Amino acid sequence: MSNIFCSSIGKKLIMSLSGLFLVIFLLLHVSINVTALFSQNAYNAACRFMDTNILIQVMVPVLALGFAVHILFSLIITVKNQKARPVKYSVSSKTETSSWAAKNMFVIGVIVLCFLGLHLTHFWAKMQLQHFIGGHGEDNPYALVYTLFGEWYYCVLYVVWIAALYFHISHGFWSAFQTLGINNSKWIPRLQIIAKIYAILVALAFISIPLYFILGLGEPPK
Amino acid sequence: MKFKLKIWRQKNAKAKGQFESFSIENISSDTSFLEMLDILNNRLISEGKEPIAFDHDCREGICGMCSLYINGRAHGPDDDVTTCQLHMRKFRDGDTITIEPWRSAAFPVIRDLAVNRYAFDQILQAGGFVSVNTGGVPDGNAVPIAKPDADEAMDAAACIGCGACVATCKNGSAMLFVAARVSSLAKLPQGRVEATGRAKAMVAKMDELGFGGCTNTQACEAECPKAISISHIARLNREFLCAKLQD
Repeated sequence: MSNIFCSSIGKKLIMSLSGLFLVIFLLLHVSINVTALFSQNAYNAACRFMDTNILIQVMVPVLALGFAVHILFSLIITVKNQKARPVKYSVSSKTETSSWAAKNMFVIGVIVLCFLGLHLTHFWAKMQLQHFIGGHGEDNPYALVYTLFGEWYYCVLYVVWIAALYFHISHGFWSAFQTLGINNSKWIPRLQIIAKIYAILVALAFISIPLYFILGLGEPPK
Repeated sequence: MKFKLKIWRQKNAKAKGQFESFSIENISSDTSFLEMLDILNNRLISEGKEPIAFDHDCREGICGMCSLYINGRAHGPDDDVTTCQLHMRKFRDGDTITIEPWRSAAFPVIRDLAVNRYAFDQILQAGGFVSVNTGGVPDGNAVPIAKPDADEAMDAAACIGCGACVATCKNGSAMLFVAARVSSLAKLPQGRVEATGRAKAMVAKMDELGFGGCTNTQACEAECPKAISISHIARLNREFLCAKLQD
């Protein structure tokens, strides 16, 4: 294990492991979200579960650490990679590669992060965070969702955010396996397809919520 | 055919370079790209001007000496070829062609389009030796090797060390080169003996020389004149991580 994290591959090992952890977190997050499509009571019950379950309470700081590590190492890696080409080409690359996302992971990541800040202040800070700091959380989380997603501009922002997230996962998911060395010529195309399918499913599930409310399908909050 | 050329001129590694424009006419579509540069250089010499320095040697795509970043692509607008195998028929009459040297912190410009790729040699040296028994020529079938393994090792060994992977990668990463070298030996029993040490040493050298890291964009694989697959990069990652975990 000696100085593994000093090496470029060691740093990417951290990126891939934290990335896969965040990918799994997204699945949990979106499955809580979609309960809002069923009923007000289902969503509020799911939120209560997230606020009170002991395992979730333990995992929240771990999740925050996962985000911090992923962001920190992306900065370290990007700075080193930028230094590797001090003089840029005057004609930009015309090489056809598998995806646009692959070449722009850092920029897409920054977009995801910006919207994440907005999202955390609008939702998380009023919901789960309050249980951590001993404050008073939303009595009816469904009402909060109902109000925010009633605004079209908020829905547009949300969809743009999820689109960025889609591109980030569609590359990051298979890329993580490649970095871990769990890949070969047969599995590269397979994992790329699995990554796309996963990213599409997660993105569609996230986007379905604002769509549901903006179309006026939500129950009026009690 | 006639072309307008925009070529990078730079006196030496420390000098500040800039583009110089040239017009060239009466070029046959069957002229190779390097022959076209030869024709231009002949003209420059007869005019008493300094010819353009560029790397080349075998001119049959096996030595890995030629380079050039042509109109935004390493080895120019053709797949699976080196610059010496590129022909002017791949361009349209009257095209403007921009020619730049490989751009990488680890490949300093020597002059004009010629770059110093000694960093690759240093990585190879760091990789060390392969243990083989001395003596007479061994029997052909003395060491059985499965056909798929032999094929994969050969595919990796096709690397000519031209540096197109570094030139193309947006991170200036040498991972495909290192992966090809590690892979070609790790897949064979003869090279297996020092495989773990080799992976660690070559990656350490690569990092030290200022190459960037791999972000799996697959650009290297697309521009590699020998079409070496990034599956070898997965193997390098595996070899390296396993070796480090055993430490």
